[in-house]
Amino acid sequence: MKLFEKDTKAIIFGRQAIAAQGMLDFDFVSKRETPSIVCFVSPDKPGFERLFFGSKEMLFPVYKTISEAIKKHPYATVMVNFAPSRFAYQTTVDTINTENIKTIAIIAEGVPERETRALSALAKEKGKVIIGPATVGGVIAGKFKIGNAGGTTENIINSKLYRPGSVGLVTKSGGMLNEMFNMIARNADGAYEGIAIGGDRYPSSSLVDHLLRLEEIPEVKFLVMLGEVGGLEEYKVVEALKQGKIKKPLVAWVTGTCSKIFPTEVQFGHAGARAGNDEETADNKNKALKESGAIIPNSFDDLPEQIKKTCEELKSKGIIQQIEEFTPREIPMDYETLMKQGLIRKHAEFINTIADERGELSYSGVPITKIIKEKHSIGYAIGLLWLQKKLPDYASEFIELLITVFADHGPCVSGAHNTMVAARAGKDLVSSVTSGLLTMGPRYGAAQEESGRYYLWARENGLTPQESIDYARKKHIALPGFGHKVKSTKNIDWREKILIEFTKKNFSSTEYLDYCLEMEKITTKISDKFIFNIGGISGALWLDLLKSLGYTDEEVKELVEDGILTSINVLARTIGYIGHHLEQNRLKENLYRVPYDDVLYWLPDEKDL
Amino acid sequence: MAQKGIREYLAKKLLAKYIANNPSYSFTYNGKVALVRPDKSIDEIALENPWIKEKKLVVKPDMLFGKRGKHGLVLLDASFEEAKIWINERMGKEFEIGKAKGILTDLLIEPFTPHEKEYYIAIKTEEDGDRIYFSEEGGIEIEENWEKVKEYFVPVLKGIESINFQGINETIKKFIETLYKFFVEYDFTYLEINPFAIVDREVLPLDFVARLDDTALYKDSEKWGDTEFPTPFGRNFTKEEAFIRELDEKTGASLKLTILNSDGRVWLMVAGGGASVIYADTVVDLGYGNELANYGEYSGAPSEEETYLYAKTILDLMTRKKDPRGKVLIIGGGIANFTDVAKTFKGIIRALREYKDKLKENNIKIFVRRGGPNYQQGLAMMKKLGEEIGVQIEVHGPELHMTRVVKMALGGEK
Repeated sequence: MKLFEKDTKAIIFGRQAIAAQGMLDFDFVSKRETPSIVCFVSPDKPGFERLFFGSKEMLFPVYKTISEAIKKHPYATVMVNFAPSRFAYQTTVDTINTENIKTIAIIAEGVPERETRALSALAKEKGKVIIGPATVGGVIAGKFKIGNAGGTTENIINSKLYRPGSVGLVTKSGGMLNEMFNMIARNADGAYEGIAIGGDRYPSSSLVDHLLRLEEIPEVKFLVMLGEVGGLEEYKVVEALKQGKIKKPLVAWVTGTCSKIFPTEVQFGHAGARAGNDEETADNKNKALKESGAIIPNSFDDLPEQIKKTCEELKSKGIIQQIEEFTPREIPMDYETLMKQGLIRKHAEFINTIADERGELSYSGVPITKIIKEKHSIGYAIGLLWLQKKLPDYASEFIELLITVFADHGPCVSGAHNTMVAARAGKDLVSSVTSGLLTMGPRYGAAQEESGRYYLWARENGLTPQESIDYARKKHIALPGFGHKVKSTKNIDWREKILIEFTKKNFSSTEYLDYCLEMEKITTKISDKFIFNIGGISGALWLDLLKSLGYTDEEVKELVEDGILTSINVLARTIGYIGHHLEQNRLKENLYRVPYDDVLYWLPDEKDL
Repeated sequence: MAQKGIREYLAKKLLAKYIANNPSYSFTYNGKVALVRPDKSIDEIALENPWIKEKKLVVKPDMLFGKRGKHGLVLLDASFEEAKIWINERMGKEFEIGKAKGILTDLLIEPFTPHEKEYYIAIKTEEDGDRIYFSEEGGIEIEENWEKVKEYFVPVLKGIESINFQGINETIKKFIETLYKFFVEYDFTYLEINPFAIVDREVLPLDFVARLDDTALYKDSEKWGDTEFPTPFGRNFTKEEAFIRELDEKTGASLKLTILNSDGRVWLMVAGGGASVIYADTVVDLGYGNELANYGEYSGAPSEEETYLYAKTILDLMTRKKDPRGKVLIIGGGIANFTDVAKTFKGIIRALREYKDKLKENNIKIFVRRGGPNYQQGLAMMKKLGEEIGVQIEVHGPELHMTRVVKMALGGEK
């Protein structure tokens, strides 16, 4: 019975894009007319999968349920089931119970034995074939490839799997399947089909099941089997040989001959691979196979010679004839592959120099664990991410001081107000906070920016403090960073005092602060409310901080152009806005509406228009 | 990985739990059983299990080996004080059981109940169903009396109700049925009670051997409770084996190491479960079994760091003691389906570079054979490394038969 033909269509359970692309690449090089996959099933991630068939990109639907997939694609006869072990049973039962699917490959390792046996019995009842579990699947040369079996396209071409040969192969190990394909291609005319039944103790379809099936396929001229220590599978092959059910030459080897030298029981890589008693040892199985007529080498190392010999004999008898070779179609190279091999290059779309999460997270090259171990705080992290500098303690402390001072200015300022209105309109945190942040602009929250730029410009152009003041007056603009609604020389702002004292004590450069204080001496003579205000101070102090950190005037100017002056304000205010958003929600405040009496309605008369 | 033996203690506790949840009118089981370990003395256990001081006791090792009576390791009909002395004399001592030597660390205690008739029961899984063996003449002579054992077969998808237990007394019949349901619901793969007795409707499982299917953990963890799968008696792990086991448990990949002979000259580091067995086979088949140092396997796409640690462990082991004839390391593998060969080699190369001086001192030759995704790049890296560190590294791809490097490394058949 042939399970797969050149037009066999499969449904893939699980979004295994790489394995699926491998199947389609196999289809393409084998000159299949259409892809072997029709759709996918994924209960958690329905949608579409994009895959190539040659250089053509195709869209494959991903359904939520198996029944839906089968209903939409009634011609699919195969299911490749990539469900994890704990879902393998149910998904396979659901598939067995449908009409169309005849063959199911279960890839998962670790399906409980009781579940597998039940699946096997159900499949038998319904006349269906299960390959697996715990297998990579198999390849039907030139016709169909199950999942990752057969490996890379390169391997498929090297092992001539794009066209059928004369050898029917069955192995227990999925990992050895490619090796055997390679061996058969090098020592015979290639495999007709190769199935790995899986490493479990009770594989759903057994070595003998597949050998008997291959016995019936006329194109298969001889058989190769690779068994394994543990279990009694191979004795069923012995029985079949004795009963004459297997007539084609069978070259076989059972691995695990080394187990006899192990002092205690060692569990090999496969669940089924352990010899419970003498009958299950590799030596005894090899012996029994040999006695019943199989061709058994002395060691795995001699297996290729036996395959070659068998093939030559069948050729000389005219049973194996020359295969008509063709050139497989070439798969266009993947961009990633070419990049990996260094054959092509391209410019990256983005440059990033400040953070790397590919290994341990690092900021400007400093690992996060180091930052934490050395007990650095948020100011230090800001230094690394904004300036790419390891800030001295005073600098990070200053930044934190600014954040603390600017975190919130109460509910009445425009940004906080808008945040509250948005929160009360039922918007989420991000929306409320950004509505506050988006309010920041020329008239609100731009004091640092405006004043910093003004002082920078004034000093660059050599203006004396008096000239600075005069210039603003002449241009009819408010002198940036000066004047306060409430505070005055008599009612001082404590925030200003703290910041100025900190700066004088710690900064090596205070040129901008000094310049502004000189200006203040003049302005406060005009009015005691015309003081150097908090916005102006933070603008001037940012400039002094940068100078203290060793930036040249040119560099400071560039940083200002990049937006450094507003940065702290945005960061700090975000903290306050989050507070306002959370509070409005906590208080269960309802939608805000401006009361009528807060709006002056003054509409023109229609006839005046 | 599939079938795992559990302690007699746990098997009995699970049975008691099952029967408590599924009581029968025909029989009871008290589940009186306790485990003494180096960190939990009989005195401590007696506080939780008052019957220990009240009843006559049975004491025996509970470490997954049988024929304990024949090894003189079963104490019967003992008082608390007698049991205590007996345990103290044996706890922490080395014993040789068959081929295995190991330290006695786990002893089971249960009440001693005089009884007359001994029965035998075993249940095992087969491909198409479960087979039940029952005999009215159980005990140590079961094998001699095997012709009296009755067999019953429960096909997959059928229940125990399909079995006709004609000629078996009602209580025992009910017990077998319960035991079978227990076997199924708790995902056992093997269970043998030889013998068991029934005294005044109380079931006495006198000797209990059981294996669970550990892949069922995802659905049975609540039923199984705090399940432990002990390693076979005498299978004491070396520090390095324990380290690799730990590494293996932490990753989705597979990393295995068994030291066979630390003085051996032939060391294996093979990718893939199937291939690793074949490499070890070939060393044995060529007549070098006594020189094979280890069985080792890495597969399932381990990370670069994992292969580095794995390779380092093997290199460390093989460079501890010099051999005048030198040593060989075989870095083998088949043609991978999807593991990136270059990537896994990176970790190995890092370890080899670190050990370059020791490799030279120990006159170690390295033979590499591998195929699969990116194998050309991986092999080229290995080749370059050999030139760089001045160690002989022979490198082959799929054009060479997988195990031929073993022959090359060993210089032919013995």
